[in-house]
Amino acid sequence: MDYGMMLSKLGGGMVTTVVIFGLTLLFSLPLGMIVAFGRMSKGPLVRNLTKIYISIMRGTPLMLQIMMVYYGPYYLFRIQISSSYRFAAVIIAFAINYAAYFAEIYRGGIESMPRGQYEAAKLLGYTKGQTFLRIILPQVIKRILPSVTNEIITLVKDTSLAMVIAVMEMFTISKALASSSTSAIPYVAAGIFYYIFNYLVAWTMEKIEEKLNYYR
Amino acid sequence: MKLLEMKHIRKNFDGLEVLKDISLTVEQGQVLAIIGPSGSGKSTLLRCAAMLETMDDGEMYYLGEQAVASVDGRSVYAKPSELRRMQGYYGLVFQNFNLFPHFSVLKNIMDAPIHVQKREKKEVESQARALLEKMGLGDKADAYPYQLSGGQQQRVSIARALAMNPKILFFDEPTSALDPELTGEILKVIRDLAAEHMTMVIVTHEMNFARNVADHIIFMEHGVIAWQGASEELYTSNNRRMQEFLGKFE
Ligand SMILES: Nc1ncnc2c1ncn2[C@@H]1O[C@H](COP(=O)(O)OP(=O)(O)O)[C@@H](O)[C@H]1O
Ligand SMILES: [Mg+2]
Repeated sequence: MDYGMMLSKLGGGMVTTVVIFGLTLLFSLPLGMIVAFGRMSKGPLVRNLTKIYISIMRGTPLMLQIMMVYYGPYYLFRIQISSSYRFAAVIIAFAINYAAYFAEIYRGGIESMPRGQYEAAKLLGYTKGQTFLRIILPQVIKRILPSVTNEIITLVKDTSLAMVIAVMEMFTISKALASSSTSAIPYVAAGIFYYIFNYLVAWTMEKIEEKLNYYR
Repeated sequence: MKLLEMKHIRKNFDGLEVLKDISLTVEQGQVLAIIGPSGSGKSTLLRCAAMLETMDDGEMYYLGEQAVASVDGRSVYAKPSELRRMQGYYGLVFQNFNLFPHFSVLKNIMDAPIHVQKREKKEVESQARALLEKMGLGDKADAYPYQLSGGQQQRVSIARALAMNPKILFFDEPTSALDPELTGEILKVIRDLAAEHMTMVIVTHEMNFARNVADHIIFMEHGVIAWQGASEELYTSNNRRMQEFLGKFE
């Protein structure tokens, strides 16, 4: 097999991996906030349902969740699944899984805010929404950034789990190339790719943390 | 004119009666000091007045407008929109400042006037800078709270409260979190405000300060007002419990 061909296939895999990564963050970061609010809700029904949801997401393998999202519609409702659903299934599974992890991080950050900040805001007449957006959230973001960074780095590696339903991301392709060419080079290439990707992610997060270091 | 009137206030925490039938009035321009041993309910009283705690029973009026009514032995609060308006009548200075750490000093002072009161940014900024000047912090506008001493942070928090143009300012032990050498600067600021006839209610352990700056003093013990009178009478009253309490500050 020629290297040009190999490289172009690996390149395609990289793009898919990066897209899975980007879309997962795009959906799970805000979704996590909604889940966190549900988890902190005063209504016991909402609070307990979100609690169960979070514990399932965190207590079962992500690989199994991907399979459930992909095959579930067929087994449950006998809906024929098209292969175009493959990619959507991966994004849905990743988004709802990571939303659960982010929700717990958000909740921890929000609950760690001192009561005095809410009281000072109340006395100054801020509405609940203003208090959250202007006073609480900016401080929470700074507090939780290290935990969020950990999750995001885990996500880079977790994208390889999309292989379980044969989505053509980096890992799936390098495995196929390695066996068809009986060579370890595609694996090495994949390893280098994940390493560099993670390096860039860590660097970006560090820059963001530095930006937020203007106060303590 | 009565700016604040509280009548027969009761408050319990999990069955523990912290305020037992407290009544007080604050006239415009008056400085009221509240003293008493720790745990006697001073902060709770102030927090009920500032509506950070909800009282169980009793009535409360701001500028004659009813904020809380007593119905069948239970407090009933006015509509949220009315309470919001009345919240604009007062400010509170906390023991531990509670500045917003992610805002600069200037933004701490300007943010609420601009985003809550919807005032013009220019006008707010000139007021904020004048307040900082008055607090002796003219050069700290762009600093962040963590860069300031406790005394400076407390002065910023006073400026932040004043920028809302409150009619009454509450202080809950404004010097208790400070090193002794820094309490003087805060007491001076409050003394200056008193000289400008700012209406204030001050919970304090600084007895001489209370004696010299307040018009009226309330001594609280076990959730009741055990003594009250003109500040000149503080050391001459024959209330034995209070004299024992004052004795600890000699
Ligand atoms: N949020 C609360 N929950 C339960 N008990 C409280 C709370 N706040 C105050 N207390 C209790 O109420 C009593 C009066 O407290 P406080 O008003 O802070 O007194 P002071 O300010 O005079 O020291 C104390 O016994 C205190 O433990
Ligand atoms: Mg207190």
